[in-house]
Amino acid sequence: MTVATAPSPSVTGSPAGGPSRRRRVLRWLLPLGPALVLLAIFLAGPILWSVYIAFTNETLTGSASVNSQFVGVANFVKLFGDPNFINSFLLTFIFVIGSAVIGQNTLGLIIALLMRGRGRVTRSVVNGVVIAAWVMPEVVAAACWFSFLAEDGTLNTVLGVSQEWLYTAPMLAVILANVWRGTAFSMLVYSAALSEVPADLVEAAAVDGASPARRLLHITLPLIRRSIMANLMLITLQTLASFGLIYALTGGGPGTASQTTPLYMYEQAFRYFEIGYGSAIALVMLVIGALFSLVYLRLIKTEDA
Amino acid sequence: MTRLAARGAANLSLLVIALAFVGPFLWVVIASVQPEATLAATPTLAFSLDNFTAVLTWETIILPMINSVVISGSTAILTVLVAGLAAYPLSRYQLRYRRHFMLTLLFTTGLPVTAILVPVYAMFFRFNLYGSVPAMVLFLTASSLPFSIWMMKNFMDGVPISLEEAAWVDGAGWVQSLRSVVGPLMAPGISVVAIFVFVGQWGNFFAPFVLLDTPDKQPAAVTIYTFFSQYGQVAYGQLAAFSILYTAPAVILYVAVNKYLAGSFNFAGSVKG
Repeated sequence: MTVATAPSPSVTGSPAGGPSRRRRVLRWLLPLGPALVLLAIFLAGPILWSVYIAFTNETLTGSASVNSQFVGVANFVKLFGDPNFINSFLLTFIFVIGSAVIGQNTLGLIIALLMRGRGRVTRSVVNGVVIAAWVMPEVVAAACWFSFLAEDGTLNTVLGVSQEWLYTAPMLAVILANVWRGTAFSMLVYSAALSEVPADLVEAAAVDGASPARRLLHITLPLIRRSIMANLMLITLQTLASFGLIYALTGGGPGTASQTTPLYMYEQAFRYFEIGYGSAIALVMLVIGALFSLVYLRLIKTEDA
Repeated sequence: MTRLAARGAANLSLLVIALAFVGPFLWVVIASVQPEATLAATPTLAFSLDNFTAVLTWETIILPMINSVVISGSTAILTVLVAGLAAYPLSRYQLRYRRHFMLTLLFTTGLPVTAILVPVYAMFFRFNLYGSVPAMVLFLTASSLPFSIWMMKNFMDGVPISLEEAAWVDGAGWVQSLRSVVGPLMAPGISVVAIFVFVGQWGNFFAPFVLLDTPDKQPAAVTIYTFFSQYGQVAYGQLAAFSILYTAPAVILYVAVNKYLAGSFNFAGSVKG
């Protein structure tokens, strides 16, 4: 830790000129330094590296592992003509829309709306079970759903049917599991947003004879629209890259029936050691993530101004 | 009368939702104390802690849990130190590119870490860092930094600068001021960030799964996956016991900071730049 032993700025005080300027720079550079170095080496570095290797035929085995060659856009041409990638892309889209945009978002909003004005016991019980699913590590969440959906597991016992959900409806299974696991986030965001909606505004509309549905649609939702948009962006970003839950629950199967893009990327890069091709997939994911992230930033910036 | 009906309907819906959320937990909790538990949800009256004693061996759970504590703990400590230092000039000085830097950090929090792991893996392989726990901890720290610096800066903004002025008059530099004035005053904020990072890494499965080479380095997140894929069908009771032991620290820590975290959910709508 060089920072701890650095002389304090007041000791090196000197009149205008070189030393003072250097002192001013050091004043912010010393404390920011360690963070900048770590971010540069372990975050910015790998991202730039992935841009480079995505244009090579790098592998970790075979001849290309020793001297990889620049192959131009070959990886991307292969990628957009690869039926497995297109399949994974569509599945990721279904997964994000189904589990995040529709599932977590709507359910989180509904729970937050229902919780307004409920007693403390009700609130803490519902909060407790919803948040417990969220705090739980993803592999444990998968173990929960594995038994819940098993042939003679809890769900089939309750419904009185006999279904091998993970084989007959793997996408439905991972979507439900992810709704269960991620709803807490949306619920917390919406609870915070709803608590800032002025009660008298809603009551005034009620006095004027507006039905609960109209009050929700024309007053409450417009007031929290920015939270809704920001939440949609954040959960989309989280869901897009989701790996552990799907991997532990279905492994992408049966076949490739639930192989979303992160799982396909894993298979290419870490099972077949096609690092160049895997990086091309990673780069596509990064670009999509960056686009959503920019939209999210915009939402916040307009809020600021 | 309609008001009463509405309240009844709301309570009933919440009950249904709560039950639906409890459903997937149910068999894990019951199976962990059932001696012959399988995937079939057929509870018996038998109760035993055999499943817990069966998994409480050095290789199955003790070493992986120690690894988890080491990995998550050192990541949390390192993140708090580095983010705390970085937050100081961002909170205290008028820097020309501060706003750009803060927005870049926020932008980075949106990037999928899963995708970054491919080049990180290639990099680690090339520089002989594959399988190195310290190298992985540095990567995990870097990936936790953007959000942690944000949180730290916001907490630090809450400490009035006037309190530091007294220390400056006494001749203290920023290091001393940060350590003896600002640090202690934002202790709750520091523990929120530390626990947030710790719990996040406690559940992190993908990074150790691809960056570490041998089972004896793996944290519980990976060991439980291996156990799950090997014995999940035959020894479900033991998997359930493992799950409970592994989840408990995360839940306890979350409950500990729950009070402070509640306020930070406004960030989705209104983040100050």
